[in-house]
Amino acid sequence: MAQRVVVDPVTRIEGHLRVDCEVDGGKVTKAWASGQMWRGIELILQGKDPRDAWVFAQRICGVCTTVHAITSVRAVENALKLEVPLNAQYIRNMIQGAHNVHDHIVHFYHLSALDFVDIVSALKADPAATAKLAQSISGWPRNSTQEFATAQKKLQAFINSGQLGIFGSGYWGHPAMKLTPEANLMAAAHYLQALDYQRRMNKVVAILGSKTPHIQNMAVGGVTNPINMDSQSTLTLEKLMYIKQLIDEVGDFITQVYIPDVAAIGAFYADWTQYGRGVVNYLSIPDMPLDTKGTVFALPAGYIDGGDLAKFTPIKDFHDPYFEKGVKESVKHSWYQGGKGPLHPYDGETIPNFTDWQDDGKYSWIKSPTFYDKRAQVGPLANVLGMYASGHQRTQFWVNAVLDAVSGHLGSKVGVDALHSTIGRHAARAVRCVVLHEELQNQWTLLMENIAKGDTKTFNKPVFPKGEIRGFGFHEAPRGMLSHWVVIENGKIKNYQAVVPTTWNAGPRDEDGNISAYEAALLDNPVAVADQPLEIIRTLHSFDPCLACAVHLTDTETKSHYQVKVV
Amino acid sequence: MPMPILVLGLGNILLMDEGVGVRAMEAFDAAWSVPDHVSVVDGGTCGMDMLDLIASHKHLIAVDAVKTGAPPASLTVLRGDEVPAYFKGKLSPHQLGLSDLLASLRLQDEAPESVTVVGCVPMALGTGLIMSPEIEAVIPRMVTMIVEELARLGVTATPRP
Repeated sequence: MAQRVVVDPVTRIEGHLRVDCEVDGGKVTKAWASGQMWRGIELILQGKDPRDAWVFAQRICGVCTTVHAITSVRAVENALKLEVPLNAQYIRNMIQGAHNVHDHIVHFYHLSALDFVDIVSALKADPAATAKLAQSISGWPRNSTQEFATAQKKLQAFINSGQLGIFGSGYWGHPAMKLTPEANLMAAAHYLQALDYQRRMNKVVAILGSKTPHIQNMAVGGVTNPINMDSQSTLTLEKLMYIKQLIDEVGDFITQVYIPDVAAIGAFYADWTQYGRGVVNYLSIPDMPLDTKGTVFALPAGYIDGGDLAKFTPIKDFHDPYFEKGVKESVKHSWYQGGKGPLHPYDGETIPNFTDWQDDGKYSWIKSPTFYDKRAQVGPLANVLGMYASGHQRTQFWVNAVLDAVSGHLGSKVGVDALHSTIGRHAARAVRCVVLHEELQNQWTLLMENIAKGDTKTFNKPVFPKGEIRGFGFHEAPRGMLSHWVVIENGKIKNYQAVVPTTWNAGPRDEDGNISAYEAALLDNPVAVADQPLEIIRTLHSFDPCLACAVHLTDTETKSHYQVKVV
Repeated sequence: MPMPILVLGLGNILLMDEGVGVRAMEAFDAAWSVPDHVSVVDGGTCGMDMLDLIASHKHLIAVDAVKTGAPPASLTVLRGDEVPAYFKGKLSPHQLGLSDLLASLRLQDEAPESVTVVGCVPMALGTGLIMSPEIEAVIPRMVTMIVEELARLGVTATPRP
């Protein structure tokens, strides 16, 4: 008989995602993804000065603050057709690059690795054997017996303290945990090291953004960082050299630890290339503009239809009508008044209509976006495939490098098709991390060279015309393509819609009843133990759901409650 | 050099009373000046971004919305051993963010020596920048509580002119 498993986060902050699954015969047969909180940011922004929108927008989410700030100013600049000085583009590119790299490291090690890595098992590992294993896959200098022994002691002391905290809700000893004690210890030690490297990366955001959390330096028309190599209160040579040092230190960690770890864990869990395929229409957008108008980009992207890299349509620039016209949102299964069919974000309405949960009716506060009437998956996998299909050489290089490493571990060839999966999303995120890191170094060089030419301009003053203008801004954020849409009338915001990555992936059924990426990815997922659905959590986490939160997990058959971590 | 102290306002100002911690911190910052070794920071809803910030201080005073079971607008101060209970009982909407941060810092041997929570039970958590009048009304008392907590740590805040 089918069992209903409900994974329901309780925190109010990041996302409020609830997922219901029907489990029959040890696998998921039906799935619903539901956003449990109404944000209504658009109502807060109506009537406000468009130059201030980013300040509020970056509070939408506690995880991705900078990305909403950048996307918001881009939307207003787009409406004004306002050019952005080169220095400002480079500084923004570095902020977003550093933020994304930081976020991907945190997601893999701190928010999802423990779905595959058993901390308790790591306590039983032999540090010398662990060092031998680690040295066989990477030349990382910290893969020593001493380092692993120290990490093991630290973990033991932490667990002995009784305050498990971040490790408190792991599925230790679950039958789906497959790593050897030594592989577990290797990954756990790297978890500890990653805490340090992600912080170094975030320092770059803090220096350029003047402050984290919540950067201060954004402005419609550029950034507010004055550049003066001789003045301590501005962006100086000293600060730029320190940024360079931080970038370089993190690079070694990515190439010598993160990439090899993902390849090794991916090989151990090769069966997870068969699960979590989901929606394989992939949407991502170009980012890291290299000119003032946003027509040339360091990182190309576009739309891939049906998982076929040959069916790729590039999205060309910040004003590309192919993108602008393709996006619509349905509320047929969302708790809003509808009846008008899917609406374009400029015309989007947000009028609540709560009905309680209805399996075949309304069941979510998230709207259902479509791209030319099709569901799409967004995120690092969509972005990596988009860059790959665009012919971006470094992306192709790193995709092949990771797949070759996995093939080497397995002794058989693993191709790009394996990426359409739960474990493939982790591999793609690692590839994106290293590609972005390389681009971060490029952007640093571009900024230095431009300043050396004597250009210190960072801001173009926006001027708002009478009458109505509209625009959109997009940004390839850690969780996927983010877009803000703004209608401005006489210099004030008339309508504002944020179509966030998790909306694309976690929306409910659309106007035609088609399921979203989360819902599709969960189908046929194995569930060995219904009240410990680690496998469901694995597939959800592979999307990096924006949930800095715990979830209540309820088996409605037995009414038992579990604390699970979905961060 | 005295031990660095961090007064950290937490919460989401877009969700009415959810942002009470940030609003109280702002009110404190507007009315009181503190010595250089005290940082007064709007932490907003941020998570891992705050690791460096907290790691660079010895004492943390977190100002936050809390759920204690007491009626809305009730105020509370939790110190020392009471703080883990605040996390365990999930009294705060931000507790996972902050408790994860503190656990991560313990793993890095950089956790603050003391953590104090100045909390207020919220009334309304809808979308909006304005707080409930009842919660707005207790902000001055929360500011006084922050001043008192600083005094316990040997810091004299001075009213701004």
